[in-house]
Amino acid sequence: MKTKKKKKKLTIFDVINYTFMAVILICCIYPFYSLLVSSVSDPKKLEQWFLIFPLNVTFSSYREIFANNRILLPIFISAARAFVGTVITLICCSMFAFLVTQRLLPFKKFIYKYVVITMYLNAGMIPWVLTMVTYGLKNNFWVYVVPSAMSAYYIILIKTYFESIPAELEESARMDGAGFFTIFFKVILPLSGPILGAIAMFSAVGQWNSWYDNLMLVQKNELKTLQLMLYQVIQNMNVVMNDPKTAATAQVVNRPSIMSVRSAIAMVTVIPILCVYPFMQRYFASGIMVGAVKG
Amino acid sequence: MKQARVKENKFRNAKAAEKRKLFLISIPFLIFITAFSYVPLLGWVISFFIYYPGIPFSKMEFVGLKNFEAFFYNKKQVITVVRNTFVLSGLIILTLPLPAIFAILLNEIRNLKFKKLVQTFSTIPYFISYVLLYLAFTTILSPSDGMLNTLLVDNLGILDKPLNVLTNEKIAWTVQTATYLFKNLGYNAILYLSAIASIDTQLYEAAEVDGAGRFDKIWHITVPGLLPTFVVLLVLQIGSVLSGAGFEQYYVFGNGMIMDKLEVIDTYTYKMGIVQGNYSFGTAMSMMKSVLSVGLMLIANTLVKKIRGSSIF
Repeated sequence: MKTKKKKKKLTIFDVINYTFMAVILICCIYPFYSLLVSSVSDPKKLEQWFLIFPLNVTFSSYREIFANNRILLPIFISAARAFVGTVITLICCSMFAFLVTQRLLPFKKFIYKYVVITMYLNAGMIPWVLTMVTYGLKNNFWVYVVPSAMSAYYIILIKTYFESIPAELEESARMDGAGFFTIFFKVILPLSGPILGAIAMFSAVGQWNSWYDNLMLVQKNELKTLQLMLYQVIQNMNVVMNDPKTAATAQVVNRPSIMSVRSAIAMVTVIPILCVYPFMQRYFASGIMVGAVKG
Repeated sequence: MKQARVKENKFRNAKAAEKRKLFLISIPFLIFITAFSYVPLLGWVISFFIYYPGIPFSKMEFVGLKNFEAFFYNKKQVITVVRNTFVLSGLIILTLPLPAIFAILLNEIRNLKFKKLVQTFSTIPYFISYVLLYLAFTTILSPSDGMLNTLLVDNLGILDKPLNVLTNEKIAWTVQTATYLFKNLGYNAILYLSAIASIDTQLYEAAEVDGAGRFDKIWHITVPGLLPTFVVLLVLQIGSVLSGAGFEQYYVFGNGMIMDKLEVIDTYTYKMGIVQGNYSFGTAMSMMKSVLSVGLMLIANTLVKKIRGSSIF
């Protein structure tokens, strides 16, 4: 019998298909690669030449943005909201999801629906903003992390996962006299690593990228997120240079240099995402995040 | 006998206590979701009043539907805004089959390493914010210092004038659709790839025995297998017709030169409501949008139910 699978010939279709995929691959990589190139290349060369590789590598633009100090606070704010927001979201969503799996919970169905329906229920921009202002969340760090604490989407995902955990484990813990919280923290959470990991990643990246709430509700400079800062740098290429201390140098600085500063800030913004990305990939490969779209 | 009854009572009491406890635990969650998702709905009331921040409810002047009449005063702007919203959403809906096609083609790649590589990198843009995408695009496409224009004009001399992509009114809609596609193609393809993976391989084997070629198999097995996923995404997209790709994309990419083509309901609401402080009018816009969106989604879902016999909700 044939032991080897017969090797199929490469058809024209395959050639076109591989070429097409290669083009897509380049389209997806190049924009980020170009940021890298323009952030480390000599500004003068950058102005004159289309660079495929960085030329006369210099880290002066990175030195400039970190020396300026204006970027450190936004980095801290963005990191803080990613961390605090993710912790709050994880605790709230998973505890609520576990609660609605409890047989003994009165009005279980109603409570679950009351929360999940908010996925489609949206008051809209202005009413939302006014409500947050009423709660005193304007110019307040908590506006970044509190409103997103209970996400219907995450709750559905976690609940589906909890339901796949064998009920016997919970029952036997209950026989031993464990209560709701003991079972939740000692039995359920230790078994839910994959789903909690997946949601932690998605939530953290979402928080890191988010600036809508910043634009709408926070005007304080001390609470500015990295994304909004980046946006303002685009809007006003001189924001970084406008510092009185660097004003003198700003006169000499020409456009390409601003371009490399811009690119350097962009790199600082994108690197954390690229770092967690390989871990996230594991989760959507396993299909965890896919199920809910159909649910 | 008596002992058994006591035991049963104890058990019942314990059960009631547990029920009470669980209900108590659920209360903070219910309060929270009410405060952050239901209370904003009460804000809709504002659209029937004249509202300024800080004035108490009792002092607000009731004006009935006057704020909705404002749609007609600003008729020209509103018509442009609605047109842009529908055109941009329509274009997105037209591109919905592309992720499916991409997934099918990617699935035909036999070199697993290459397949994985393409999948990995095509998904990254989904996790990058629009601000950053805009910056990356400017770095390449900017007429004055973009890398592409440096190449085409200064280095190769193919063009006399630099290409103007991001501030060109004529192609603004196409560019926005392409940007949306760039961000979402790979991520949406994941859904289709997992749908393909869940198709029973016996179907393919049986088809092969019957002499089906590669394209027969794609057309008669893979494509029908992807339809349910496609329908779900279609209904969701119809539900967000009034948002298009969302506030962020149009807000970031919009600039003075192309604003006529990119002003959508969300950005217009932001400008009228937050920037100009016309909260009542902004609320009227928000409310109309939310109600219509839910309505559209329900209609789409009902249609799907009629056609397919099963709804997605």
